Amino acid sequence: MKHLMTGNEALARAAYEAGVHFASGYPGTPSTEILENLAQYEEVYAEWAPNEKVAYEAAFGASMAGGRSLVTMKHVGMNVAADPMFTSAYLGVNGGMVVINADEPNQYSSQNEQDNRHYSRATNIPMFEPSDSQECIDMVKAAYDLSEQYDVPVIIRTTTRVNHSKSLVTWSDRQEIPVKPYEKNIAKYLAIPAFARKMKVKLQENLQKLEAYANSCPWNVIEDNGSDMGVICSGDCYLYAKEVLGEAANYLKLGFSYPLPDQLLRQFADSVEVLYVIEEVDPIVENHLKSLGIPVIGKEIFPRNGEQLPEVIRKAMGMQSLAHPLDPESQEALISRAPTLCAGCPHRGFAYALSQRKNVMVSGDIGCYTLTGNPPFNVMNTNLCMGASISMGAGAQKVFNLNPDKKMRVVSMIGDSTFFHTGINSLIEVLYNNANTINVILDNRITAMTGQQENPGTGYSLKENPAAAIDLEALCRGLGLKNVRTINPNHLKEVNEALDWAFALDEPSVIITRWPCALKKQKAEEKQEFAGSFQDRFFVDREVCIGCKKCTKTGCPAIVYDVERNRSGIDQNKCVGCSVCAQVCPVQAIQKVEPQAKQ
Amino acid sequence: MKTRNILLTGIGGQGTILASKLLTIGLMAEGYDVKMSEVHGMSQREGPVLTHVRYGDKVYSPVVEKGTADVLIGFEQLEVLRNLDYLSAEGTVVMNTAQVDPIGVLSGLEKYPENIEDLVRKHAKRLVVVDASAEAEKLGTRRVMNIILLGTIVKSMGLEEIDWHKIIAENVKEDFIAVNQKALDLGMSLV
Repeated sequence: MKHLMTGNEALARAAYEAGVHFASGYPGTPSTEILENLAQYEEVYAEWAPNEKVAYEAAFGASMAGGRSLVTMKHVGMNVAADPMFTSAYLGVNGGMVVINADEPNQYSSQNEQDNRHYSRATNIPMFEPSDSQECIDMVKAAYDLSEQYDVPVIIRTTTRVNHSKSLVTWSDRQEIPVKPYEKNIAKYLAIPAFARKMKVKLQENLQKLEAYANSCPWNVIEDNGSDMGVICSGDCYLYAKEVLGEAANYLKLGFSYPLPDQLLRQFADSVEVLYVIEEVDPIVENHLKSLGIPVIGKEIFPRNGEQLPEVIRKAMGMQSLAHPLDPESQEALISRAPTLCAGCPHRGFAYALSQRKNVMVSGDIGCYTLTGNPPFNVMNTNLCMGASISMGAGAQKVFNLNPDKKMRVVSMIGDSTFFHTGINSLIEVLYNNANTINVILDNRITAMTGQQENPGTGYSLKENPAAAIDLEALCRGLGLKNVRTINPNHLKEVNEALDWAFALDEPSVIITRWPCALKKQKAEEKQEFAGSFQDRFFVDREVCIGCKKCTKTGCPAIVYDVERNRSGIDQNKCVGCSVCAQVCPVQAIQKVEPQAKQ
Repeated sequence: MKTRNILLTGIGGQGTILASKLLTIGLMAEGYDVKMSEVHGMSQREGPVLTHVRYGDKVYSPVVEKGTADVLIGFEQLEVLRNLDYLSAEGTVVMNTAQVDPIGVLSGLEKYPENIEDLVRKHAKRLVVVDASAEAEKLGTRRVMNIILLGTIVKSMGLEEIDWHKIIAENVKEDFIAVNQKALDLGMSLV
């Protein structure tokens, strides 16, 4: 029987079938669902780590101890994990270790579009690139065997479409792999120069053997359709090329793409008149072919950004477009549907209060609150990468302070999960180097942007077992910060008092806003702590409303402004009673719906 | 057989996910190769959702190429307009009359386009407008709007030979089987 699965579901299935003992990762679109699905298999230990570096190291330790291990991350997560990854290639594995990386051509929900195929080249770690869900299963299993056989971790490089598209797969039973014995071996596991120099020699010898594998393995296949046009591609690009060109081209599909199979590349190039490389983002295979002296058409016609979707290939190759675009009238009518903070979002109250302050540079981070950079808040000035808000803020404040008027203040804004990820070390920078920044931890009790994952502050693990809940206020005080306050972000008076207090200080401060995400399924203890949350409804008394639109400045999707009557209103199906709009209203036109009137 | 292309578009929470799930189960039961790709915004409430479903003897790309959708089912009007360039020259649009205002409209800064039906009619060879909410009320529950729209897909794509009642029976909670089966039949009758 076949099953229709997303690539991420299939990757989890593959890890289960391959007998994985230990899996770790950090959530990040489009990779998040791999571990979420793997956690459903009782036989496998799976966890969220605070960040990708920690996840990588934990998985490497598990491998060294003799288990099969898995680590998952999105493309930018690999930057965080890069430090252990480079040297792990030197040390090699004991139990097989697989690294699943999810790249995001077209950066649907990422801050950049980096091409992580470069990492294989930089680290000498071999790489597979599955095209569909069945290949996700087959290649992960092959990767474990290869990892153990060649004593090296193996990367599976996926892209958004592979992760999030469903295709048919066949399941197998779990293979129970015994944990290998651990033996102390410092020549293998202690990366000091004397040993590491030898490790590098071994790694390079290994690479030559892997190239022989690349030339003969079943993952690199020539598909001869009798054409004089050849196309080299991997991953989802193979599917798009096949869709557009069908049997009008010969293909060399690279399922195992590092090290590249030079012999096969030459053989394929010799068999055709014209050779194309279709690859997403950077011209990696193309440049390799050129280095071999093989003429090839690549990025001079195919774009370097975005996905190489069928319509993109068609256009690049000068074929007739199938699309008939919207007429100008329709184009003009089309308005955007920008993402907004949900009704009841605990970031709203804080962002609104902050939007009223002047001479502030808000240093932001990665999370739902990044949306506060947009109207109506226009609060966030910048974001760079996970955890950067606090450290960027520290550097910026030092330079702003060079101005004699010392007016400009930095507010650094970071979510709870992002703070645990890489914000703690940034806060140490603030404290150690005495940056007079205002550091705000928006603690919504969950990792929200990626779709409600537990984190070290929530008190639960990936498998929903009770876990240690790290106390943010105690952590900050424990570091030595004197000025720490925890507030309810829905109470604007409380928020403004905290901001006044922090702005008046000439030393570091931390404000923790503690209120759950409106989409969070609250646990029993949270229902107690946040009793009554999301239960109330508010309405606008249209007799009192003066049409000033102040409530719309809270950016709440439950507020409906009636342009014709010049009065505001509240959608009762969306309102969850955070009351921020009522606090903003200058004439008290927004009132709580009393319980008896609710029916 | 040529690969067939279906696009479902709407807003998070409108039930496109269950509709497309049942659709793919039916197509698999019929022995087709099936691929499905879902593109949604970030995790906030009410983001746009676009689901690609492709089936045939052998399907390569998981995404529908622009200009090749046989049918575009829109659970929400503005999202139909946004994705109209996916429609093939011979394609059918089934558009639910629901309008979900984006934040720009809610806050009074933008206007929701008034004439989407006319704009779609100019572009699409065939347009079927369905008030799925009113139709669902006839069956006593608005929750079956998505299955009514699934019925319109079944009819538009000529997939009546698949035993949809059985697929609903096997995949829907027992109390809701009968009403969903009725909703499917009702949807089929609207096209």
